[in-house]
Amino acid sequence: MSETQTETQTETAAEREAALGGIGCDKQRKEDARFIRGQGNYVDDIKLPNMVFGDFVRSPHAHARIKSIDAEKAKAVPGVIAVLTADDLKPLNLHWMPTLAGDTQAVLADEKVHFQNQEVAFVIAEDRYAAADGIQLVEVEYEELPVLIDPKAALEDDAPILREDVKDNDEVGQGPRRHPNHIFNWQSGDKDATDRAFDGAAVTVMEEMFYQRVHPAPIETCGCVASMDPVGGRLTLYGTFQAPHVVRTVVSLISGLAESNIRVVSPDVGGGFGNKVGPYPGYVCAVVGSIVLGRPVKWIESRIDNISTTAFARDYHMSCELAADKDGRITGLRANVLADHGAFNTHAQPMKWPAGFFNIVTGSYDIPAAHVTVDGVYTNKAPGGVAYRCSFRVAEAAYLIERMLDVLAQKVGVDKAEIRLRNFIKAEQFPYQSCLGWEYDSGDYTTALKQAMAAVGYDDLRKEQAEKRARGELMGIGIATFTEIVGAGPSRNCDILGIKMFESCEIRVHPTGSAIARLGTKSTGQGHETTYAQIIASEIGIPSDLITVEEGDTDTAPYGLGTYGSRTTPVGAAAAVRAGRKIREKAKKIAAHMLEVSESDLEWDVDRFTVKGVPDLSATMKDIAMAAYSNLPEGLEPGLEVVDYYDPPNMTYPFGAYICVVDIDRHTGEVSVRKFYALDDCGTRINPMIIEGQVHGGLTEAFAIAMGQEIVYDEIGNVLGASLLDYFLPTAVETPHWETDFTVTPSPHHPIGAKGVGESPNVGGVPALSNAIVDAFAHLDVTHMPMPHTAWRVWQTCHELGIDK
Amino acid sequence: MAKTEIKLTVNGQEVAGTVEPRTLLIHFLREQLNLTGAHIGCETSHCGACTVDLNGKSVKSCTVFAVQADGGKLLTVEGMAQGGELHPLQAAFAEDHGLQCGYCTPGMLIRAQRLLQENPDPSEEEIRWGISGNLCRCTGYQNIVKAIRNAAQAMRQKEAAE
Repeated sequence: MSETQTETQTETAAEREAALGGIGCDKQRKEDARFIRGQGNYVDDIKLPNMVFGDFVRSPHAHARIKSIDAEKAKAVPGVIAVLTADDLKPLNLHWMPTLAGDTQAVLADEKVHFQNQEVAFVIAEDRYAAADGIQLVEVEYEELPVLIDPKAALEDDAPILREDVKDNDEVGQGPRRHPNHIFNWQSGDKDATDRAFDGAAVTVMEEMFYQRVHPAPIETCGCVASMDPVGGRLTLYGTFQAPHVVRTVVSLISGLAESNIRVVSPDVGGGFGNKVGPYPGYVCAVVGSIVLGRPVKWIESRIDNISTTAFARDYHMSCELAADKDGRITGLRANVLADHGAFNTHAQPMKWPAGFFNIVTGSYDIPAAHVTVDGVYTNKAPGGVAYRCSFRVAEAAYLIERMLDVLAQKVGVDKAEIRLRNFIKAEQFPYQSCLGWEYDSGDYTTALKQAMAAVGYDDLRKEQAEKRARGELMGIGIATFTEIVGAGPSRNCDILGIKMFESCEIRVHPTGSAIARLGTKSTGQGHETTYAQIIASEIGIPSDLITVEEGDTDTAPYGLGTYGSRTTPVGAAAAVRAGRKIREKAKKIAAHMLEVSESDLEWDVDRFTVKGVPDLSATMKDIAMAAYSNLPEGLEPGLEVVDYYDPPNMTYPFGAYICVVDIDRHTGEVSVRKFYALDDCGTRINPMIIEGQVHGGLTEAFAIAMGQEIVYDEIGNVLGASLLDYFLPTAVETPHWETDFTVTPSPHHPIGAKGVGESPNVGGVPALSNAIVDAFAHLDVTHMPMPHTAWRVWQTCHELGIDK
Repeated sequence: MAKTEIKLTVNGQEVAGTVEPRTLLIHFLREQLNLTGAHIGCETSHCGACTVDLNGKSVKSCTVFAVQADGGKLLTVEGMAQGGELHPLQAAFAEDHGLQCGYCTPGMLIRAQRLLQENPDPSEEEIRWGISGNLCRCTGYQNIVKAIRNAAQAMRQKEAAE
């Protein structure tokens, strides 16, 4: 054998394992080298020869008929090349486009506008300044129509009809509807069993909660560069896409171009958080512009465009009832939701799930009967309903159940930790079948909460709170013991446009012992180039530093459904593991040939195959890699390369126990987060440093939502506050210090037991903060306070209670 | 629109350009000089992704006209590493996981280098105030603050040794 073998034999297995930089180590991120030097390559950094710039004329009205559009003056502006309107797109049948929710969305307003800032015309110019000049001079004449902002009013008999294009349709993609402004009704659970639980209940509680309209607002807005090669007939579309392969399929379906003639590239993406999953009118207009002009067209959103038009989240008007016995053990749950989807149903989630996985609403609790209904409605607001740093509608569900546990605890007179311990699904009940149809894979909620309570000194905090209450001071302790459902998902119930929600990984090992892996997911900051390399290193015994990871180019990466809903680790990482194992299977055949033994005589040892009982006789992966190209057994094809497509058997169910302590100034309503402790269990941990970083970030987004974010409309549909002047993104000053902790309960069905973590802190953080604030007022019989908990709103509560003086 | 000639020093190099009076500094840097490190994240001076150092001050280059930089001395993230060696802040950001998507990072780094010149030994609170004009959606700032503290310490040690 080679000299390297002799050299490395002096190292112990543990040393060799450490040298791999595999699963479980705090490996520094590979992608940072370019980012810290300002050498990232984001979409607005792309500059192609002859590139032009497009931007939108947008509607000032929320609901109006377009009487005329006159673009002549705009076309006369120096530098303006073309102005596209719906009439220009009609011959191509591109003035409307399908949404991922089975609805249609106007690309450019067709006869009517349905929300403020809707796209009306697309001005293409030599540069962004000329485009801005042109936009000012497009003259649009509108006839204003009655505006619907309140989703409850939208369903009244005499409500104005918003979507005249679908008013006579029995359905708009997601089941029967009962009113022209109604989109769908979705139900889950056993209504009769739930009614029976309530009939005999010793205790019932009911609360109405509104999870306000918010926006993911990554620091990089959405954008693209479309480049049609008029000679070769091939379109390249660079863009801020969390799901580039889906974008390619959608572009093919709506443009008629063969998928082989479309290359979609997601370069570096500056945060996504759900904002960059779906297709937007800007992409279509850039593509059309490039086809028409034969020049590359760039479109980049402004911040106001971003917050006011692409991908809002939440806007769920929820009511919930719990039935319980006298000790607070829950026997039934009822939830009804009115979901405001805005002007077009453009939520981006598995198509069979119009309300996402909202039926995870029974949370971490063993609830025998439940029934939920969700009705989606149209209003004159921006379209969407995306999952902002959460799996689909899980944030809404977790907020609801975690708040309701507190409401119940106050009614029964039980401590808020104790009510959870009484109702938890027990560790021995897993896999657990929820009454709303989910099979929870693994969990140990009691251990997690007890560890959290010990870490913060829970009993002492409650004593301190009692003392402070006696002195008239406001201190709140919030608990959230949430369960997520992530990793969409099994092909039996998850698809987008009929395409099953699998993930894929291709690994190619090079002759000299390094490798490249390509995947169908797409990092928007999570560090996939590092963590996938770590996973594959542990599987194939090649150091992670020698494994290049590539994503986001549909010409090279195998098909995948993308990164959102925390699906990269549950689905993409599983594909990476399985691809690695396939590499190892072939490597074993080659090793047997090299060592002149049978495969059954070999065992895997970190980075090599060793002959059982003869530790000196081994073949390293480095040597096997060369042999794969130079010294193969008869009949085995050359090369060392595989692809794996992974269809997960189940979702994964990460969970956590968060405890938050707040002090509130009763004179001003200002909330100070004194302590925030977050224990997360995401199963097997791939890179603890990256996990902790994601928890910090997710908690900060939770803080933003709970404490300040809200997109408000006035009665005529003006969006109030769509710039960063008004829309709350916390700075380092407001952001609390985060304490992190963990337990590890591996997923039994995932190849390495990992569950995904990026969204847990946002899902669990919001109710932990909200619960802490309401808890500060619990002794004054306050059971609920609406988000966001700005000082003004909290002061109003103080004022109504007469404690602000 | 009439155009104006401007001359300035960018990362130690003298550069010249022809701009409209309304051309924003960020567009001049990104589109004429191909310095794409500084990014655009808003148009209201809030996010700080476009932060560069102009004549010894941190400025938001999306609300500075290029003509205002005429004759000035500009430092961008591309000029932080010297002679192939990373600035201690760059090294600390990677070491302490002070970045995720990387979009705010160039602005954050260039702001932090000015902060450490103004205050070589800032407390956590002073760092948090010092970077409060720069927004990050990924990290929750905690590791950024840690990185700046560690870089400050490394810089002080280096200076003491010299």
